[in-house]
Amino acid sequence: MRHRFTALPALLLALIAQLLMSGAAHAGKTLDAIKQRGQVRCGVSNGVAGFSAADAKGHWSGLDVDVCRAVAAAVLGQPDKVAFVPLTSQQRFAALQSGQVDVLARNTSWTLTRDASLGLHFTAVTYYDGQGFLLPAKLKVTNARQLKGAQVCTQSGTTNEKNLADFSRTHRLGIKPVVFDTYEAAFKAYFAGRCQAFTTDVSALSGIRNKEAPKPEDHVILPDLISKEPLGPLVRRGDDAWFAIVRWTVFALQEAEELGITKANAAERRKGDDPAVQRLLGTGEDSGKLLGLEKDWAFRAIQAVGHYGEVFERNVGSQSVLKLPRGLNRLWNQGGLMYAPPVR
Amino acid sequence: MIRPRRVFDALVLLGLLWLAWRVLDWAVLQAVFAPDLVACRALDHAGACWGVVAAKWRPMLFGHFPFEDQWRPALAALLLVGCTFGAAGAIAWRTHTASRSRALAGLALAGFAVSVALLRGGWAGLAPVPPEQWGGLPLTLLLAIGAWCLAWPVGIGLAYGRRAPSAMLSVPCTAVIEIVRGAPLVIWLFAAAFALPAALPTAWTPGLLPRVLLVLGVFAGAYLAEILRGGLQTVPAEQTEAARVLGLGWWGIQRRIVLPQAVRATLPPMVSHAIGLLKDTSLVMVIGLHELSGALGLAIGGDADWRPFYVEAYLFVAALYFALCVTLARLGRRLEHRLCPPTV
Repeated sequence: MRHRFTALPALLLALIAQLLMSGAAHAGKTLDAIKQRGQVRCGVSNGVAGFSAADAKGHWSGLDVDVCRAVAAAVLGQPDKVAFVPLTSQQRFAALQSGQVDVLARNTSWTLTRDASLGLHFTAVTYYDGQGFLLPAKLKVTNARQLKGAQVCTQSGTTNEKNLADFSRTHRLGIKPVVFDTYEAAFKAYFAGRCQAFTTDVSALSGIRNKEAPKPEDHVILPDLISKEPLGPLVRRGDDAWFAIVRWTVFALQEAEELGITKANAAERRKGDDPAVQRLLGTGEDSGKLLGLEKDWAFRAIQAVGHYGEVFERNVGSQSVLKLPRGLNRLWNQGGLMYAPPVR
Repeated sequence: MIRPRRVFDALVLLGLLWLAWRVLDWAVLQAVFAPDLVACRALDHAGACWGVVAAKWRPMLFGHFPFEDQWRPALAALLLVGCTFGAAGAIAWRTHTASRSRALAGLALAGFAVSVALLRGGWAGLAPVPPEQWGGLPLTLLLAIGAWCLAWPVGIGLAYGRRAPSAMLSVPCTAVIEIVRGAPLVIWLFAAAFALPAALPTAWTPGLLPRVLLVLGVFAGAYLAEILRGGLQTVPAEQTEAARVLGLGWWGIQRRIVLPQAVRATLPPMVSHAIGLLKDTSLVMVIGLHELSGALGLAIGGDADWRPFYVEAYLFVAALYFALCVTLARLGRRLEHRLCPPTV
């Protein structure tokens, strides 16, 4: 995701808050507060299709939303015991530091600055995003290096613009960026034929291709990415127990996919005798007590949202309007990057 | 002989007529009023798509309040408008006695309390809804009216404190006024939302909404104090002396002689300040409370289908603000006529 620190005061206050907080770190306090409240508070976006958006009835859906539901199911036993707090990109970190939310799942990229200076911890990666290109299918371009001298539409003042310039310089492509001050202007210009390609984060590109293009099939998204944007949920520093719960909930969903445990067959698979499956679904060794949770914590999470692949396909993949290819987000044994440490 | 002035006038008139025709053509003649996405897209912005309002009016007016229970915020908004405007209007349009205006003020306060109870729920079978989920129009009204009621005691206290002869009183009051006015409201809101909970132990921290109300009230109070101080200076000292000779005590003098005249003299800036406060409530967007303008972002930000028609949605919300502000201004003018008969 692009980020611009337009809210310096917010950042300053967040840092002040963090300084004040740093004396008051206590393990397990977040879990106690959540159990007492009976609800997990989850910071999400104001509406990013596929990740977190509410419909007209106020029902939330998306990949980030499902991660929060899985956490709520693991901790409290029910996926609906979660309150979604919509946050802007400027206020998201301050809201997490001040305890307004327990976990922040707001398509936020993991970077050194954010991990090391904001008093926050990234728990795991739930979506490997990156900047990509959209261009007309009739150009027969298959690789971003073929964009020599091309005019590329993008938004000004974003990391997209900088990444494009870096990419062009690195590979001596002489790409001519055509910048616009809003998103809308940039992709409208592309569809009007002003540029040969349009660039932004891939997760947003497919939304634009499928929603805004006159004929989606006339445009293709190139497979290569020119920047790394690993997105995932964050927690506050100072509560390792809570950090572990969020992190291992994500891992449990990925492990479930590896073992072929789906939302539909989870109850059936519990009865089997595969030790790895038994450990995960809480009929073998008790992994829950190490996290301060019930024995069947992972089983509940999987029953709530399905395994990671199901969550992906439902919200951003083949069953969604975004139709994003699985790409880097495949499991490690299928050519992707999703690799959960063993749940044991 | 044609005078150039006439020609100029005619040209201006023609220009205005043309502009009016264009607006009418866009907003009414070519517009789509049904929530019909296909028809709206076919328009391609040649006419207004009021369908976005028809499709999204509920999240726009009530934010993320649970969908089935949205009659509660609707009723609360009606109550808030009816009671406060009604009470003020009754005072402004009628010859009133002190006892009657006291009764009216009591009625307005009761209306405020009932609307809060309606939003909160948890009684008579109404499901409890935490303040984090309130939003839209009732939240805007609640914040504006609540802050305005809080601003009065704060403002009067600060105004008298600043005028007090002893430095023990006047120096801190002056300092408070200058410090509060010396930073943007956004900073104070951030402090209330994120820095305060970090500084105080959790048990002492009130919820987000009371904190925001407090900040808005004190902020408005500081400005009100200065307006009032100006009013207090217009009351000649001889009147105080005369009243004292007649045997009135200090409280009586202030309540019956000085304050009424000070308020009367400063009615126009006070009404102007109230209108400003009503619109300033939209700033709470930055800390995750979604009042009227925040709810608009939530309603269409995450919906790629309707997002292209955000201009129409903005116009709708602007019209709501306009209606509220014009009503306030009208009430203020009426009050002036009532309270300040034209001097002969």
